[in-house]
Amino acid sequence: MRPDLDIIQQWIEPNSRVLDLGCGDGDLLHYLKTTKQVKEIGLEIDEQNIQRCIENGVNVIEQNLDKGLSNFQSNSFETVLLAQTLQALSNPDKLIDEMLRIGKKGIVTFPNFGNWKSRLYLATKGRMPVSKFMPHQWYDTPNIHFCTVKDFDALCSNKGIKVLTRTVVDSQHQGSWAVKSWPNFLGEIAIYHITRD
Amino acid sequence: MTDVIPEDSVGIVEPQQLHIDEPLTLRSGKVLPACDIVYETYGELNSEKSNAILVCHALSGDHHAAGYHASEEMKPGWWETCIGPGKAIDTNLFYVVSMNNLGGCGGTTGPASINPETGKYWGPDFPVVTVRDWVKSQAMLMDRLGIQKWAAVVGGSLGGMQVLRWAISYPERLDHAICIAAAPKLSAQNIAFNEVARQSITTDPNFHDGHYLENNTYPKQGLTLARMVGHITYLSDSAMRAKFGKTVADFESDETNFGRDLRTGKLSFGFNVDFQVESYLHYQGERFSANFDANTYLLMTKALDYFDPSVDYEGDLSKAFTNGTCKFMLVSFSTDWRFPPERSRELVNDLLKAGREVTYLEVEADQGHDAFLLPIPRYINAFKAYLAQVHHEVCGDAS
Repeated sequence: MRPDLDIIQQWIEPNSRVLDLGCGDGDLLHYLKTTKQVKEIGLEIDEQNIQRCIENGVNVIEQNLDKGLSNFQSNSFETVLLAQTLQALSNPDKLIDEMLRIGKKGIVTFPNFGNWKSRLYLATKGRMPVSKFMPHQWYDTPNIHFCTVKDFDALCSNKGIKVLTRTVVDSQHQGSWAVKSWPNFLGEIAIYHITRD
Repeated sequence: MTDVIPEDSVGIVEPQQLHIDEPLTLRSGKVLPACDIVYETYGELNSEKSNAILVCHALSGDHHAAGYHASEEMKPGWWETCIGPGKAIDTNLFYVVSMNNLGGCGGTTGPASINPETGKYWGPDFPVVTVRDWVKSQAMLMDRLGIQKWAAVVGGSLGGMQVLRWAISYPERLDHAICIAAAPKLSAQNIAFNEVARQSITTDPNFHDGHYLENNTYPKQGLTLARMVGHITYLSDSAMRAKFGKTVADFESDETNFGRDLRTGKLSFGFNVDFQVESYLHYQGERFSANFDANTYLLMTKALDYFDPSVDYEGDLSKAFTNGTCKFMLVSFSTDWRFPPERSRELVNDLLKAGREVTYLEVEADQGHDAFLLPIPRYINAFKAYLAQVHHEVCGDAS
């Protein structure tokens, strides 16, 4: 299992309703359905991913997140997930608002652009970082809104969003004391558990 | 004839008949004292009777959904693409039931049947039946087959509307509702097309106010026209271009004639059939009119027009779905302009509002409304994968 899933699943109540925005192949929802008996719905636009969700026995709706979520009722889910999708959205800030309208709590994970490797790459090569972890070139990347841990903290604070837990992990998804001490420098993936104040 | 029946076909099938000697009170208030139901089944019912799927037919369909009635039959059932061993509705896994709806002309009691009270054809006196009435009669068949709960109820177009009605009227009697290329209710445009179809039938001099069978005739011209209009709405602009743009592409490799292939290669400068599309529509219409009952066509279009389950819920369809736990799968097709993707999304949103579990696919397909009958890989793969999960869930195996 992906270690970030291990962190996320601790925040999910058994038998609760979970909406996953950009649910990919449905692995996370499948895991939550099996271990926590959640009632799940995933939103996805990629055909292959949708097929994989169905094969995984996960409820999936073909819907483009950039066209909004107005078809979802307020407070209709306990948790709304946004895993590794934030950076690919046209209007990430609006979607965060929508997440917390639809769900009582939100979980957001994203690649931390403030990680030392990205900084070193940009500083030494003078080019947009490309790595195993962020494999795309600047012109063909689906990731159009990269941010750092500090940037996301600032967004939450501007919007009056309460951060219940912030976990930052490195490529092994381990939160060592060093990563905890310098999250924006050492952390590769940021995992936030948020709610409306 | 079909020389060899394909291996993925259910093969030779025989329709079965059931007489129901139980009065059926229809939505209109009229009572049908008794009726005959004609149906087919494919696959084996398991000992727990948990693997049954009901297939609901659309406007011009009937009970013959898969297989062949005889090896001489040219055409298999209307959903041969999806029903059979190893197909989306896998008859190795499921027991499939398909019945001809009340008012139909495939053998179930309808306008072309004899009314036992008068000894004459029912004709125009056959009561107007609704989707709700059909579902009620499907439940009567279900009871007699000893099935408590369908693993899934499945249908496209008007068949999809029956699926929705099942989830509303008998929420405890199905595990899954699979509704393809349907709509929550007809649009004004949909009703308008139906009215043109009805007018062409009822104004045919051979219609005789619906008593044509007693006059040993039928409104051939009217029914042909009705089908021609209907057929246009089943195809998309792109499907028509592809279908009627081949000749030019073949001979001149010029694919930009917008599907305006000529029938004889030149214009007639008269009011004759000049273009392939005209000749195709004539052929489809005439073939249909020879095999379908005009009064049934009128009834089916009325059932479509009247379908609107929200009427019992102050116009809010989401309230109709608040009872029950069955899961839904909905599919729409990009070029379907009869029941376009927006209509399926309305349904998805009502289901979400009701807190139901939904899976929804919007399939890119050029074929218009007809796509639900065709082997479009993405659609078939998703349909098959979904039903494999259904089987896994209701029969507890690892399929």
